[in-house]
Amino acid sequence: MKALALAMRMLMREWKSGELGVLVLAITVAVSALTGVGFLVDRIGIAVDNQAGEVLAADVVLESGQVMDDKAVDEAKRRGLRTARKTGLFSVVFNGDASQLSSLRAVSAEYPLRGQVKLSDQPFGNPEFATGIPARGEVWPESRLAAALGANVGTQLNIGASTFRVSRILISRPDQGATFLELAPSLVMNEEDLPATDLIQPGSRLRRAQLFAGERSEIADFKKWLETNKKPNEEIEDVEDSAPQIKSAIDRSARFLRIASLVAVLLCAIAVAMAARRYVQRHLDSVALLKTLGATRGFVLTVSLSQLVVIGLSAAILGSLIGFVTQSWLVQLLSGWLRGDLPPPGLAPLGVGFLTAIAVLGGCALPPLLQLSRTPALRVLRRDVGPPPPMVILAFGPAVLAIAFLIWWVMRDVKVFAAFTVGLAAFVLVVAVAGWLLVKLTTRLRGGVGVSWRYGIANLGRRRTESIVQLSAFALGIMMLLVLTVVRNDLLGDWRRSLPADTPNFFFINIPSDESREFATFLEERGAEEVRVRPMVRARMTHINGKAVEDIQFETQRGRGFANRDQNITWSGELNRDNEITAGKWFSAEDAGKPLVSVSTEYFEELKLKLGDTLTFDVAGETQTAAVSSVRKVKWDSFQPNFFLIFAPGLLDGTQGTYMTAVHMDARNPKTIGDLVRRFPSVSVFNVDDLLAQVRSVIDKALAAVQSVFLFTLMAGLVVLIAAVQASRDERRYESAMLRTLGARRGTVLKGLLSEFAMLGVLSGTLAATGASIAGMYIARKVLQIPYEFDPWVWFYGLVGGGLLVCVAGWLATRSVVNQPPLLTLRGA
Amino acid sequence: MSVLKAESLTKKVTSPEGMLTIVNDVSLDIAAGESVAIVGASGAGKSTLLALLAGLDSPTSGRVTLAGADLTALDEDGRARLRAERVGFVFQSFHLVPSLTALENVMLPLELAGRRDARAAAQETLGRVGLAQRTGHYPRQLSGGEQQRVALARAFVTRPAVLFADEPTGNLDTNTGEKIVSLLFDLNSQSLTTLVLVTHDRAVAARCGRLLQMDSGMLK
Repeated sequence: MKALALAMRMLMREWKSGELGVLVLAITVAVSALTGVGFLVDRIGIAVDNQAGEVLAADVVLESGQVMDDKAVDEAKRRGLRTARKTGLFSVVFNGDASQLSSLRAVSAEYPLRGQVKLSDQPFGNPEFATGIPARGEVWPESRLAAALGANVGTQLNIGASTFRVSRILISRPDQGATFLELAPSLVMNEEDLPATDLIQPGSRLRRAQLFAGERSEIADFKKWLETNKKPNEEIEDVEDSAPQIKSAIDRSARFLRIASLVAVLLCAIAVAMAARRYVQRHLDSVALLKTLGATRGFVLTVSLSQLVVIGLSAAILGSLIGFVTQSWLVQLLSGWLRGDLPPPGLAPLGVGFLTAIAVLGGCALPPLLQLSRTPALRVLRRDVGPPPPMVILAFGPAVLAIAFLIWWVMRDVKVFAAFTVGLAAFVLVVAVAGWLLVKLTTRLRGGVGVSWRYGIANLGRRRTESIVQLSAFALGIMMLLVLTVVRNDLLGDWRRSLPADTPNFFFINIPSDESREFATFLEERGAEEVRVRPMVRARMTHINGKAVEDIQFETQRGRGFANRDQNITWSGELNRDNEITAGKWFSAEDAGKPLVSVSTEYFEELKLKLGDTLTFDVAGETQTAAVSSVRKVKWDSFQPNFFLIFAPGLLDGTQGTYMTAVHMDARNPKTIGDLVRRFPSVSVFNVDDLLAQVRSVIDKALAAVQSVFLFTLMAGLVVLIAAVQASRDERRYESAMLRTLGARRGTVLKGLLSEFAMLGVLSGTLAATGASIAGMYIARKVLQIPYEFDPWVWFYGLVGGGLLVCVAGWLATRSVVNQPPLLTLRGA
Repeated sequence: MSVLKAESLTKKVTSPEGMLTIVNDVSLDIAAGESVAIVGASGAGKSTLLALLAGLDSPTSGRVTLAGADLTALDEDGRARLRAERVGFVFQSFHLVPSLTALENVMLPLELAGRRDARAAAQETLGRVGLAQRTGHYPRQLSGGEQQRVALARAFVTRPAVLFADEPTGNLDTNTGEKIVSLLFDLNSQSLTTLVLVTHDRAVAARCGRLLQMDSGMLK
């Protein structure tokens, strides 16, 4: 108690005297960078989740082919979530004599929970947002259904035993999906009208769905509840299944942001370690004195620890506030750039920021503080006596553990974790060895240079440990900033390339094989370039390696989906540019007609396949068995027609399939599409402009996040540099006073300091650029899965930028050292 | 009555040249209220002997008894507690905590001992050394003589049984040094403290009751 009270009194006194500045600054910036990044990631994450939710018209959807009870709905309401219902079924819709098989969507009043339904007064007309759902007795047929039936607003349509009035034309609904499994055009109606149609009979094929939406954390909890409480016939639908394009863009941005926040954490860890080092250096005398005056080691330890806790806590609170304010400001700054507003952030980043602060403090600041308490009292008589050197494991163990924990926490991927930790350890080792060599080498160089340089170089050699520590801090700091720059540039470049202005926005499915040529010509005549049609047929998997899929237990929901649902398949000898073979070999000319199939990585992983496994399919009534010959990584967010399964060319030529294609066309010209639907009535048209806009919006948000997170990490990097320079400031101050007393001019002393920093800067810059090139390549290729381009500018940034930055930071931090009258310094020493 | 006793005290350290004996078989006995000066050339081992006597360092062999307690039998924390209760220090380089004001520096040993009247006692003692007006100053704002006066106040504020002083005038000019020494002896006579003083200033040593000459680690 006594120790605690005294610790607080001493802390207050130290605070008043300005002793704690750097340590508090380091932790404050660390926490503000972390929470700032956290808040941003959280806000953008929520926005992206909402965007993803729009694809489902909800955050979570529970589906079943059978009658569903209200258990899940009741539970959701109890948790304060919003709910809605929809029922899907196929039925023929009549307009007089004209008829068309349609996908009916009977929805409850709350539909949709996410996203918006778009309506118009005519097929393919200008869209407006819907308010509510169709009134009873009214329906909203989709444009192509209306066009096929020759219906317009006011037309009476017969569905089952009822007659409905077309009140508006459906342009798009959020949950129309992008996998083109549902070929029939859709019609939205009020669920209360459904019983009167008499379409619900025993044995009729209905798809019932319960929709849920709410707060992010509530939804996550509810999803867990659903997973354990749902019935065997109920399935949770995921955005992954409905729109792999969005999922892919989200995943990549999330991975970048994770890496960026990790970089911020690591930078802060270095800054805190450096600041703690300085704190300890400056407190050795005080601790020795306290012990002389009768303080026990436990007392000193209590004092240091409680001070650390108070400093940590107050810096964490201050840092969180700054982080919050800064990210709000950044979001405002970026508001013109973001499509739509960002939702307010949750509180989770605060906890994360605090936890990280504790881990960083515990790992990087605690060991030197423990060491401080071992300072012998004898130091009051003999300045050269310091605390006994710690065991290496105690000095570095906690820091290594804390950093490893943070990397694991952020990455959660064994491979990436291993690569990061091993890479980081290797880099630190290389830098330490290089630093040692530099110190060795420069001591030999001393004879041949002028007095300023000699002084600077001598400093490097004399403060050997200090120099190596500083070099490591500089090199690590600069490297991380460079890595982020490299990866950011790659990511931005890849995104800009991935969705060019001519990205296909219209998909045409169900093109009869005998009309495929004519169809292509029709589109080309209307301005579409190079229309390439692909065969497409629906298939259902029946056996894997001869074992019926019904008898196989699949671990994941997605795996079960792949095995149990119809898939669109194609056959081709040509590999799409956005497909990359990750295992096996793509079909050669000799493979034509052989029973081989190439599968996407998702398919391969979820079904736990191996190369050479045989898959048996029911393809349009015929059994077809093929061996897995290659695995493809598909870039779903490219919006090119892509398939989970591609068979060898020639194998399915005899199959009664249809064709598909995708082109870019101006959606504001409804006439072309209207003509097309009338000319080729069996062709299904999908306009993915909405989905494209959703993906673009995800990317925009991710870009904004990437830029602002980059800013935060830059700030953290600067603090590392300042902390690293500050660490040796007191010694420099004393030396410079001595030199000036001996007659050195200020310029000479300054040049000496600058030459020392220049050397540290250039060497750390070179090492950092090398490290960044290697790490950047790994992260781009393995973590973000984007092409890596070697960027020679990294060397420029590293060498010139790093050198300059270290010099400027050094000059800023030591300027006062040179300016202070020597007498003042020597008296204070 | 003996307040400080050393028996066959020896301190050896390893150096690049081999084993060095800094203090060699020193025995001494100092009575309560006595003032003793340890004098000798630089490197004679005076400061090491002082460190051993005050329990700041442990001997290679031999025994020190301070205020009835066997220092060699105590661990580091035990020695620290004993110092808090019975010992005061004055150093050549003052050793004030730079982040604490003059008053806070003097309060420190009282606070360590858990005294509630720390502030009043410290203020009173600072008054006795003539610094009543400068209590709020930080060490860097004080002259060398003033800093040493703060150090004296800090040493006497706990009314220690034994006061160890290591070259208390070493960093001061002659005039200031003389004033500090006078103050030291005045305070000492007022508080009946035993004074053990290391110095190479003959004039300072002459004011002590007993003179111990040290040479090459041994008492002559």
